[in-house]
Amino acid sequence: MKGEKEKGMTLIVKTVTRLTVGLILLYGIYIVLHGHLTPGGGFAGGVIIALSFIQLMLAFGKEMALKKLSQLAASVLESLGAIMFLSIAVLGFMGGYFFFNFFLQKGKPFDLFSAGIIPLCNIAISLKVGAGLFAIFVALTLFKESEKE
Amino acid sequence: MIEYILCFALFCIGLYCILRKRNIIKIVVGLGIIEYAVNLFFVLIGYRTHGRAPILAKDQVISNMVDPIPQALVLTSIVIGLGVTALIVAIAIRIYEKYGTFDITKIRRLKG
Amino acid sequence: MKILPFFVIISLGSAFLISLFGKKIKNFADIVANLGTLSLLILSLYSVRLVAVHRVLVYKVGSWMPPIGICMVLDGLTSFMLVTINLVSFLVTIYSISYMEKYTDKFRFYTLFMLLVAGMNGIIITGDLFNLFVFLEIASIASYALVAFGTEAEELEASFKYAVMGSVASSFILLGIALLYSYTATLNMADISLVLSSKGSVLFISFVAVLFLAGFGLKAALVPFHAWLPDAHPSAPAPISAMLSGVFIKVLGVYALARIFFNILGVSSKMLFILIILGVISMVVGAFLAIAQSDIKRMFAYSSISQIGYIIFALGIGTPLAIFGALFHLFNHAIFKSLLFLNSGAIEYSVHTRDLKKLGGLNSQLPVTGYTSLLGSMSIAGIPPLGGFFSKLIIIIAAVEARYFGFALVAILISILTLAYYLKFQSFAFFGKPNEGKLKIKEVPGLMQFSMLTLAIICVASGLLISPMVKPFLNSARDVLWLGKGYAETVFGAVK
Repeated sequence: MKGEKEKGMTLIVKTVTRLTVGLILLYGIYIVLHGHLTPGGGFAGGVIIALSFIQLMLAFGKEMALKKLSQLAASVLESLGAIMFLSIAVLGFMGGYFFFNFFLQKGKPFDLFSAGIIPLCNIAISLKVGAGLFAIFVALTLFKESEKE
Repeated sequence: MIEYILCFALFCIGLYCILRKRNIIKIVVGLGIIEYAVNLFFVLIGYRTHGRAPILAKDQVISNMVDPIPQALVLTSIVIGLGVTALIVAIAIRIYEKYGTFDITKIRRLKG
Repeated sequence: MKILPFFVIISLGSAFLISLFGKKIKNFADIVANLGTLSLLILSLYSVRLVAVHRVLVYKVGSWMPPIGICMVLDGLTSFMLVTINLVSFLVTIYSISYMEKYTDKFRFYTLFMLLVAGMNGIIITGDLFNLFVFLEIASIASYALVAFGTEAEELEASFKYAVMGSVASSFILLGIALLYSYTATLNMADISLVLSSKGSVLFISFVAVLFLAGFGLKAALVPFHAWLPDAHPSAPAPISAMLSGVFIKVLGVYALARIFFNILGVSSKMLFILIILGVISMVVGAFLAIAQSDIKRMFAYSSISQIGYIIFALGIGTPLAIFGALFHLFNHAIFKSLLFLNSGAIEYSVHTRDLKKLGGLNSQLPVTGYTSLLGSMSIAGIPPLGGFFSKLIIIIAAVEARYFGFALVAILISILTLAYYLKFQSFAFFGKPNEGKLKIKEVPGLMQFSMLTLAIICVASGLLISPMVKPFLNSARDVLWLGKGYAETVFGAVK
């Protein structure tokens, strides 16, 4: 038996990860919030947010990533994102129709606070996609652990 | 016209992969190629002559743009493809645990 | 008036709520799922009354006018399918309260189940072609996961095959939608049929029709594309087999084919003849392969292929009487195939085996299961005065009227063959002397009995659907399909 097994990857990868993982998370949030002005939106931003957590898992091993965002928290966030999206749609009934644009109807174009319910929908979608992708990744690596028993 | 024929050729390569390869993971890769080919075909349908990206910025004059509807629909289709791929890969890993092999000619307990 | 989006809101909302709270609060999943399907059933019965008053109702999502926005359409065919699906879903949900106790993760089962119901409801009420594709994928992904739910080796193999074949079919459908969009530049179903009427059909549209036939035909288990069904339907847990065989292949396959071919693309006599040929081949292949089976659920799965062949054959004949017979047989088959699969689940729950050679004489220990399955088998074989007899009679009369004498004879022979293998099932499983080791079997729990009894009563009473009081229910559905491309004018006339 080889002694204590080194979790994760080499020292160079770990150092670079410490520098860049916060920037990747911030970049993902930027793409989500500006989804109505520039290309991107909920799904692309959510994938990038999930990628920052997955990079943590690849560089440092699974326990470290699960300490930052446990599996239970990922499940709860995912369901919360879905319920938020459905409630935005149902709140449209205030204006009379399903999915009605009730929020900021007369915003100016090219502004950050314009375009009605689209930014709220983007945030809800990014929560669901990000947490969901991270949960899928954790679930797929779970099998490898149980196979080694 | 040539690009549509090449998309169709990519679709046929993916279909060949699903039909003739024996490893489960290669079948999953073939499925990915098929979905990629269909999405690419859908986006290329929206091309208009001398069109540019359908994004309106603050100081640009409005000129010829490509069709934005196929781009929105393909975004949805890519997400659907991601979901199906994740599910099929999880099933494939479990099959390896139960059967001990990735060869699809040996995974044949249901017959008749 | 504004009940249309609630079909999607209630089912999706209960799916997400169950996934959030299902693990922490006990019995939360059961209560929410049953309340959800019950409210969907009440809403769909109300929608039948709405359609009888106004003919067509159109709901604009987000108040964007079609064809720019997505619209939801409620007409006769829609309300007919809604009642069928939500009735079967409600009874299956009640059944699975007690059946799913032996699996862990019951709340994940209910989440996937409500997603399946949401997908099927969404396919029926939508009026937009890409929206139909998205709901089709939601329902398909939920069904791939549900077939693999028990995670035994055989279930995983069946689910893998089903998932790969289903994904290829969905790619064919998406390719068809892409080609249709490139020709007509719109995605609204009514608008596509208007544009096709004015622009005229070219060879291109025949290619799109073949792609749709291949894609939706695989979901409906027509014969060249049926290879996934005999593996997938037996491997799923019994309530899911009832849902898949009872309503899923009808909504995704038969309803979508009927809507696209009759209302959007317009039928030519060549296309109808292809449907007749595929239907007759399905009838024959399904029945011949069903006789040789010894596993109960596999026999029922092949029988499903055979009965779907009847429905597609009747749709292919194309006269108003034939379409009436097809829709009536669709309703009947949903009821009695679900009843038979729930019975097989009850047998498996008590006896723990599905092999016909090991069962015997169960009528004394499982009386409710035995007598309800007798009613179901007699109905599907076409014995008067149960419901199945009337629907098969109407299909055969319509075939004779349209001068397809050979095919009508084949339909009668296959009906006799159906009677043969269901009699074999009844005599092997229920009649006769019980085996020695089986004297300690108890009857199944009360909730499962309630579902089976209700379905059996509807089985007997469905012959009343041709009586003049209730006939408008099926007539309005038949009129929508017979109207063909006039669907577009009714939709645009009803939009405000």
